[in-house]
Amino acid sequence: MSAVVAEHDDHGDHHDHGPEKGLLRWIITTNHKDIGTLYLVFALAMFFLGGAMALVIRAELFEPGLQFVEPQFFNSMTTMHALIMVFGAVMPAFVGLANWMIPLMIGAPDMALPRMNNMSFWLLVAGALLLASTLFMEGGAPASGWTLYPPLVLQTGAALPFAIFSVHLLGISSIMGAINIIATIFNMRAPGMTLMKMPLFVWTWLITAFLLIAIMPVFAGAVTMLLTDRFFDTSFFDAAGGGDPVLYQHIFWFFGHPEVYVMILPTFGVASTIIPVFARKPLFGYSSMVYATASIAFLSFIVWAHHMFTVGMPVAGELYFMYATMLIAIPTGVKVFNWTATMWKGSMTFETPMLFSIAFVVLFTMGGFTGLMMSVAPSDFQYHDTYFIVAHFHYTLVPASIFIIMAAGYFWLPKWTGNMYDEKLGQLHFWLSAISVNVLFFPQHFLGLAGMPRRIPDYAVQFADWNMVSSIGAFVFGFSQLLFLYIVIKTIRGGTGEEVTGEVWEDASKHSLEWTLPSPLPYHTFTTPPKEIPTEHF
Amino acid sequence: MKKTKQLFASLFLMSLGLGTAQAEYTLNLRQGVTQISQDVYDLHMLILWICVLIGVAVFGTMFYSIYHHRKSKGHVASQFHESTKVEIVWTIIPTLILIGMAIPATKTMLDLDDVQDAEMSIKVTGWQWKWEYEYLDNGIHFFSSLDEASNRARQLGSGIDPRSVPHYLLNVDHPLVVPTKKKIRFLFTAADVLHSWWVPDLGWKKDTVPGFINESWTYIEKPGTYRGQCAELCGKDHGFMPIVVIAMEENDYNAWIETQKAGTEADEQLAAKEWTTDELMAKGETVYANNCASCHMADGAGMEGAFPALTDSSVVTGDIDAQIELMYNGKGMMPAFGQMLSETEFAAVVTYTRNALGNSVGDSVQPAAIKSLKSSAPADEEEDEDDEE
Repeated sequence: MSAVVAEHDDHGDHHDHGPEKGLLRWIITTNHKDIGTLYLVFALAMFFLGGAMALVIRAELFEPGLQFVEPQFFNSMTTMHALIMVFGAVMPAFVGLANWMIPLMIGAPDMALPRMNNMSFWLLVAGALLLASTLFMEGGAPASGWTLYPPLVLQTGAALPFAIFSVHLLGISSIMGAINIIATIFNMRAPGMTLMKMPLFVWTWLITAFLLIAIMPVFAGAVTMLLTDRFFDTSFFDAAGGGDPVLYQHIFWFFGHPEVYVMILPTFGVASTIIPVFARKPLFGYSSMVYATASIAFLSFIVWAHHMFTVGMPVAGELYFMYATMLIAIPTGVKVFNWTATMWKGSMTFETPMLFSIAFVVLFTMGGFTGLMMSVAPSDFQYHDTYFIVAHFHYTLVPASIFIIMAAGYFWLPKWTGNMYDEKLGQLHFWLSAISVNVLFFPQHFLGLAGMPRRIPDYAVQFADWNMVSSIGAFVFGFSQLLFLYIVIKTIRGGTGEEVTGEVWEDASKHSLEWTLPSPLPYHTFTTPPKEIPTEHF
Repeated sequence: MKKTKQLFASLFLMSLGLGTAQAEYTLNLRQGVTQISQDVYDLHMLILWICVLIGVAVFGTMFYSIYHHRKSKGHVASQFHESTKVEIVWTIIPTLILIGMAIPATKTMLDLDDVQDAEMSIKVTGWQWKWEYEYLDNGIHFFSSLDEASNRARQLGSGIDPRSVPHYLLNVDHPLVVPTKKKIRFLFTAADVLHSWWVPDLGWKKDTVPGFINESWTYIEKPGTYRGQCAELCGKDHGFMPIVVIAMEENDYNAWIETQKAGTEADEQLAAKEWTTDELMAKGETVYANNCASCHMADGAGMEGAFPALTDSSVVTGDIDAQIELMYNGKGMMPAFGQMLSETEFAAVVTYTRNALGNSVGDSVQPAAIKSLKSSAPADEEEDEDDEE
């Protein structure tokens, strides 16, 4: 009898067990922190892979003439760089942050659907590996740009069906992640955590998750139509069979425009989390930030054809999409003004996360300005498909999304690991990145305006100078990121040895729940809900 | 510090290479040579300045705050937040600015779209990787591809300095010639995949979509040579299909039309004469380099998995009529060269592939034979029409 009791006690202890030992822990884990770590490590690996491809591109463009790669391979590089950065690096990094932070910020013990959480991560790995494997297939990896426009994409060799299937896997993975986030936020909030008391990172992810569920099936549908056009004699996109190549572009950008907001809305959330902590002030307008995010998400569904101004639309269509696109400037302006007002009359300090966040506000705004310029349809007849566009979207992705992901890393690593990162190295990493990213992308505005089309492996000699500057910036930026890798590894292994408090940052616990917990975080947190909700921002 | 040094080093390196580049060096959008391009430039500058002003205001405020409101200066955070009044102000002001932008933008957009009352029409067809121009009013018709000098220099590891090639990658064998002071309507379509026809000095680009026709127009004031490129990714040689437009005064333009018509007759005479194999081989080599080598490679080795080798190919070493048939009508990614090459060029390149690139079949074909093939194709159509009647 006593043996049975003892066994029962053991079982009770099991309820609170730590992680599985060894490699198996990472494969079968359902713990939101473990899965968050998996996502972030995977995203970092893909960031370096996609970055290496970018350096191949910039090496070839260092000088006029072809020096290193054949044009076909160059096109594969631009295509794979984009697909890997979008689906392998930026999106998974934000899902990783969501996994780590959403349960902690709303006072939940874990994600609502932990097993699906594990599955969505491993489907992501499968999808990304399948995509990367196309590089070694007969005829090479897809080389039609990440937009995969027909009829060109149908000329892809053996890789086409594999690339399409990898898009399906990545889409399923994203949808599962999104469902999990929505279920968690709606069902697992601590008592007293009403929707309008949630930290903004949670809000922006909630809206992003709805975007993902709406758009990923659309993309999956579009690529499936490509598949049947190629292998099953349909002609959705072939005029000879009554189809229309432009139909694909409409479907793609109905997915594609919200997709770029999937990569920027969580960025807004993290910036709105970090800036108040280091300004030692509440966020200026919490509710207007929520409404602005929702407005941007709504607008993202009704502006898609601004990617297609030159495709030959009726003039009424051109005008509608121009006006609708201009509207996005209003809620985006509200965001930027709010961050500025949050800093105003604060008591600011400039640790690495804050530096990256300020750089984000400034450089994202620059990307916003060029976006506004491009919304003007007649001007876009000049800008479209030039390096001006390349500069624009890299400003909204690299010094915006990527900088904020790094800011989040510096901000929460001490919380996750209980170790402090090396502030000096962190700041060195910041300054190297912030300067080189501008050397890299700012000259591309000049190139585009001067007439250099995008996606070309070689260019006329009048574009030589700024391409060289841009390539130098690219290499400095690329290699600076190895410093980030070093800092992260060093922090995980013990950091500076400095004692890290539960709060980490001064008065951070006034802003959000995770800072009320000890550092490093125990394997299980909020097994009982928190009693008080931080009230700083409302 | 290190960063700054590298920058200076790169600037120094650049100054060595400036040379020919300097003349066309530019940082801003081109004003172009048409009313539309000028209007687009004005819009561009208007919005650029609006952005600069907003940027100065926002970043100025931010940097003032960053400088003064810092903890190290002992600034104590005030805890103000939430102000509906302020939120309304910074929603309304941008809205008004946007309306101010939308009005001139709408006007230019309507002008850009107005193709009515054109005095002549040119049909532009995008091909992988060249442009086809058809003057609908007088039947002139030709293909325009990257010029030979650029084509040689742009090959991987060619060893030719692009700076030594005039208008590297922006020069073609047959430029598009148009008259000044005439409203010209362009009709755009494509033969294979999407392309986009862009000459920055005209102020716009337009996609060419296979199976569909797009329209646009221009009215050029000044004679001159205006260069552009394909702007929509169209496969491996997307970067190598430039556009050159030469605008001429009406008299010069009419003279050009006459020479074109005379040229067509001269071509016909050339095609009619008996060619020796050596002549065909010599011409075939150039035609091969300009039309075939980008896929099948200069030595005929092809590219595994994408483009078949011609050396020891069963098609090229097999029945000559079957080879002509395939090249004439195209197959899959292989374009229909029957429309792209003259009879002479076609016969020459067929002969060349069969007796060079490691092949030695020994036979040849005369331009006259290709000509009979060409004249038989329209004849078929006529027969169809007869049937309908």
